[in-house]
Amino acid sequence: MKKVEAIIKPFKLDEVKESLSAIGIQGLTVSEVKGFGRQKGHTELYRGAEYVVDFLPKVKLEIIVREEQVVEVVETIEKAAKTGRIGDGKIFVLPIDEIIRIRTGERGGDAI
Amino acid sequence: MRGIWRKVALRPRVMGAAVSAGAVLFYASQAWSAEPSKIDSGDTAWMLTSAALVLMMTAPGLALFYGGLVRSKNVLNLLMQSFIMVALISIQWVLWGYSLAFGPDHAHVLGGLDWLGLRGVGLEPNADYAATIPHQAFMIYQAMFAIITPALITGAFAERMKFSAFLIFSLLWATLVYDPLAHMVWGTGGLLGKVWGALDFAGGTVVHISSGMSALVCAFVIGRRLGYGSEPMPPHNLPFVLAGAALLWFGWFGFNAGSALAASGLAVSAFVATNTATAAAALSWMFAEWIGRGKPTVLGAASGAVAGLVAITPASGFVAPMPALAIGAVAGVLCYGACNLKTVLGWYDDALDVVGVHGVGGTWGAVATGLWASTTVNSAVTTQGLLISGETSLVLTQIVAVLVTYGLAIVGTLVCLGIAGVLTGGVRVDEDAEFAGLDLSQHSESAYVLAATGAGGYEPVTGAAAER
Repeated sequence: MKKVEAIIKPFKLDEVKESLSAIGIQGLTVSEVKGFGRQKGHTELYRGAEYVVDFLPKVKLEIIVREEQVVEVVETIEKAAKTGRIGDGKIFVLPIDEIIRIRTGERGGDAI
Repeated sequence: MRGIWRKVALRPRVMGAAVSAGAVLFYASQAWSAEPSKIDSGDTAWMLTSAALVLMMTAPGLALFYGGLVRSKNVLNLLMQSFIMVALISIQWVLWGYSLAFGPDHAHVLGGLDWLGLRGVGLEPNADYAATIPHQAFMIYQAMFAIITPALITGAFAERMKFSAFLIFSLLWATLVYDPLAHMVWGTGGLLGKVWGALDFAGGTVVHISSGMSALVCAFVIGRRLGYGSEPMPPHNLPFVLAGAALLWFGWFGFNAGSALAASGLAVSAFVATNTATAAAALSWMFAEWIGRGKPTVLGAASGAVAGLVAITPASGFVAPMPALAIGAVAGVLCYGACNLKTVLGWYDDALDVVGVHGVGGTWGAVATGLWASTTVNSAVTTQGLLISGETSLVLTQIVAVLVTYGLAIVGTLVCLGIAGVLTGGVRVDEDAEFAGLDLSQHSESAYVLAATGAGGYEPVTGAAAER
């Protein structure tokens, strides 16, 4: 089991979610996050006082998948979230030790 | 009644109104027949409308303009300062303010106490000020000017002044600075207006230069906001700012065209000058910033409009439309430069740029009146402006009036802040209160309640809900 974490542009969320549904992904967690990478923030100007806003709003997706789905999920996100411009985000793949569905007590792959 | 005619002739504001209303013959015939002054229903309707328009400038106009410019934790405090000013000065004005400002002259500096509590200020016109409207209509119109002027200063000490200290300061300032200044510029026998002949149609010195200089003193005395210069303090709601600026533009027609004190040709002329200058200033600030910083900002256009309104105020009843355009265009660039300079120098934290807009714009307007005042626009102009007649005397008088206003505003503000400080144990809130924001620390309220209620969010402590 793996966790796929993706930081993407907020306006790409719908597209990514629909593409993932299309390949059979049944659940994901979304958070609004802020950060910076190569894409710099923006500047704001108020009566000559200039501010740089470093942190940009992004959306973070977390999806738990079986080993055999990892490649397909990563490719799907990559394709749907891509604009080709700086700031498209990153995808991380992490190992998962255990999964528990609280309602039923199911463990491992059954709990995905 | 011939005495009245002579007195009126010496008073630019009243004289201009009367003449352009085509009232010369009316007055002349009055003088011979010795009939009492007649109330003109058109003039009265316009002056009541104008009074209401000027009230709207303070609340909601200025309240929204200032409220949007501060951080969200202080917006209620700024709205409150403008709103409660309407109440505070309305009472001060009818009790003693009007008498001190417009009552019978004492030493060319202050009105007497004869009209305390509006004693003798009734529905008969007072020909010294406005011969065709009830005296109380003139009084209530002037009240609105007395209200907005101290409200303008609140932008300088925004986000860090105790509410109690603000109340005491404003009441003292209205009494010790505004009332004498209004008398000296507009009152019977006033030093600047009647004795020296300085021109101030709608309050360049009385309202804008006085509040602008007082703002500078306040900013220095009260000190910078916590984190000023190191942490960002962007405006929290620019839509408020733009709505406020638009309401100011709208209300300012009452301020300037209303200062004709009649529904007259002069009022129309002032209306046109006001709109032209404001439009020019909004454009010139926007383009100056676009060229200088790369973007035409909404705040720049709004600030430019206010700068234009400020600058045309003293000149509005004395200049033709083309000079008004020039006054506005220069005001936009000049005030934009002044606000930038404040940020670059960092000497003082005039939070909402009262100095840069009202102090600088007001001073420019007063001087510009001395450049372009014209007899063709207002026959009350006895000495024309430098660029009209080539004579320097009016512009020099204007500069002297500006300097006297600076002096009175600086000394008066120091006194008022001193007294307010002693009575409230320091005019500034402590650091915790400033960090938490004045909405919570001064008023126990939040402007934007976005948190969930209950479960550690909002729990009732009084009333039936708390009993459960």
